[in-house]
Amino acid sequence: MAKHETPLLDQLESGPWPSFVSDMKQEAESRAKNVNNVEFQIPKDVIEDLMGVLELSYKDGTTHWKHGGIVGVFGYGGGVIGRYCDQPESFPGVAHFHTLRVNQPSGHFYSTEYLRQLCDLWEFRGSGLTNMHGSTGDIIFLGTTTPQLEEIFYEMTHKLDQDLGGSGSNLRTPSDCIGQARCEYACYDTQDLCTHLTQEYQDELHRPAFPYKFKFKFDGCPNCCVASIARADMSFIGTWKDDIRIDQDAVKGYVNGEFKPNGGSHSGRDWGPFDIQKEVIDLCPTKCMRYENGKLEINNRECTRCMHCINVMPRALRPGKQTGCSILVGAKAPILDGAQMSSLLLPFVEVNKENDYQEVKDVIESIWDWWMEEGKNRERLGELMKRQGFQKLLEVTGVDPIPQHVSEPRHNPYIFWKEEEVPGGWERDINEFRKHHKR
Amino acid sequence: MAFISSGYDPENPMKDRITDIGPRNFEEFYPPVIKDNKGKWLYHEILQSGVLVHVSETGDEVYTVRAGGARLMSVSLVREICDIADKHCGGYVRWTTRNNVEFMVDSKDKVQPLLDDLQSRKFPGGSYKFPVGGTGAGITNIVHTQGWIHCHTPATDASGPVKAVMDEVFEDFRNMRLPAHLRISLACCLNMCGAVHCSDIAILGYHRKPPMIDHEYLDKMCEVPLAIASCPTAAIKPKKVEIGGKTVNSVEVNNSRCMYCGNCYTMCPCLPLQDKEGDGIVLMVGGKVSNRISAPKFSKVAVAFIPNEPPRWPQTAKTIKKIVEAYSADANKYERLGDWAERIGWERFFEKTGLEFTHHLIDDFRDPAYYTWRQTTQFKF
Repeated sequence: MAKHETPLLDQLESGPWPSFVSDMKQEAESRAKNVNNVEFQIPKDVIEDLMGVLELSYKDGTTHWKHGGIVGVFGYGGGVIGRYCDQPESFPGVAHFHTLRVNQPSGHFYSTEYLRQLCDLWEFRGSGLTNMHGSTGDIIFLGTTTPQLEEIFYEMTHKLDQDLGGSGSNLRTPSDCIGQARCEYACYDTQDLCTHLTQEYQDELHRPAFPYKFKFKFDGCPNCCVASIARADMSFIGTWKDDIRIDQDAVKGYVNGEFKPNGGSHSGRDWGPFDIQKEVIDLCPTKCMRYENGKLEINNRECTRCMHCINVMPRALRPGKQTGCSILVGAKAPILDGAQMSSLLLPFVEVNKENDYQEVKDVIESIWDWWMEEGKNRERLGELMKRQGFQKLLEVTGVDPIPQHVSEPRHNPYIFWKEEEVPGGWERDINEFRKHHKR
Repeated sequence: MAFISSGYDPENPMKDRITDIGPRNFEEFYPPVIKDNKGKWLYHEILQSGVLVHVSETGDEVYTVRAGGARLMSVSLVREICDIADKHCGGYVRWTTRNNVEFMVDSKDKVQPLLDDLQSRKFPGGSYKFPVGGTGAGITNIVHTQGWIHCHTPATDASGPVKAVMDEVFEDFRNMRLPAHLRISLACCLNMCGAVHCSDIAILGYHRKPPMIDHEYLDKMCEVPLAIASCPTAAIKPKKVEIGGKTVNSVEVNNSRCMYCGNCYTMCPCLPLQDKEGDGIVLMVGGKVSNRISAPKFSKVAVAFIPNEPPRWPQTAKTIKKIVEAYSADANKYERLGDWAERIGWERFFEKTGLEFTHHLIDDFRDPAYYTWRQTTQFKF
């Protein structure tokens, strides 16, 4: 007999998609039976109370979680989100129900040995519920009590060699796409850069000293599987400078129907035979390709590396060999003044392991210096860029303006000239002027 | 329930303290076939929905089976994933950026037993534990936020609507019949922890009532200037209020200026705005993050409001299905939803999807609004 009736939630058990309600019930049952005699450090019936409070929300259409509280582990300002239930008498098991963000390994690869260690720790000292993963990429431990926070942190750092992630006004846990680990498009090693910078900036990640949150995301190519261009204050997107590599025989293979276009991604419908003119050449945004006499030609100088042709014919086309990343900055979600996409700052930066990614770090640190000096409380980098202008960003990063920085030049002539740009400066003598121009 | 110490000494928190060690290194967790072929992959192919092969220049192959999962996951389920990975995948597994689980094997003969195993596992309620799919020109898992299960500002639940919508579009998770891939995301308020603003279809929780004001406690619990400064439309100003014969410092809200963002509530718990009738869902469409063919773009509001309908959000699920079907029937191969809408024109988008166009869909928020009005005689009757 369940502790709370959940007739509404129960309706989410049917249907084919994995039911989180069924999963919660299975965990509640596992805790109730406790075949391994775990000495649970938070209430055994925590999940039943969690389902109870969720059922209440389903009934009355609003949340029952209070504003966060100031909880955390000693010396860190992030990684723990305080959470309290606003109906603690009815649901005592979740009266305190704090979240921990656990910094995921880059690329979200795991050994089962390590995952089981995480599970054991979280069953013992927490609710046994996780998010795999949170929106920013962390492993989320969902719900424990205040006295357990230090204990969990101690066990994690001492036994699992594992640290917390970021929250609050600090560097949020960086995340990346699968990259070169299993993708032929990746133009740099996203996992290595992500991990390297996460380690390099541990202080910024754990101790909030920023005006607001700051996110890094690492995409290996312009397909942007980790959505860096929409979601990160600094987006590192793989690109290349030289020519797309072409295997003409494989191009013919596609034309002759030996290979499925787009890696077989459209096989759920009969789209007819592959037509290279219609499906590749005509869809090229710069019209820099042609297919004549059985040969594919690309005018690489005019190519903007959108990835379409490579996506359609992965056996025939590959990004060039001179690879690196573009750095775009300033993306954020709508709150407050509307959503922003990242804007191109550096078209090409070398991603060089040999010198510990110094070129990348120089850019990051010049931007942080500016933002920490000028950013207002809760002002994201993109908002500061809007407030002080793209020119200011160029100035602080020491980047020269180039046409690549704009989609088009400005629509108005209201240029904020610098005094030194105008011959003679701005100080003039009105009396001298009046000698030639009567009042 | 006796307290068991980890070894941490609260009297002496710095003793043996380990900090700033960061995440575990990814290299520990690569399966051998990944470790051996990193950076050497030549091409890939989707053999069937949810099954990919990547081929390396060394001749090695890795077969990946992708399974959907709820992002809310119990340790029991994670352990079951571990059991499967131990049995079939040499003890390694990974997750995608969209909450799918990926099981990798190094030869083709290992794929079918793995598929059979995954497909056979169901919850007692009947749902799949590990439905295989989420590849190619279909609908993959919905990325989402916490919702009512753990957040203090949501305007809708997250896990519930996601389950309802994924049930509705389940065949498109297992099939690849669409013109291009279609990404659905959900954020339970416009803080957008899930950053859904560039999705083909975004499900966004939204409040529609200005905050209530808890005058009696406001000055005790909040910094009044911070609450005022937090408002993006300058709708909040300081006010002295009589409570039980005493004058207290509080604020007043100009309701007509409020856009219900909840930023004031984030700064001050005495300004709650959640409400059963006020809260619900906005549907936005046509965004993308990929640079493929066209530039990344924001999603646009296509449905201004759908009420919360727990437990299964039928109107939200049906409306999404309607959009997907109209897109599927009309778009060209490789054309993303937003590119399709732009090609046919938004007047045709509303016609083909059967969605109603109302005044709410015309932007009136600051400068960018002007750029979305039609400044040409080119339109369709």
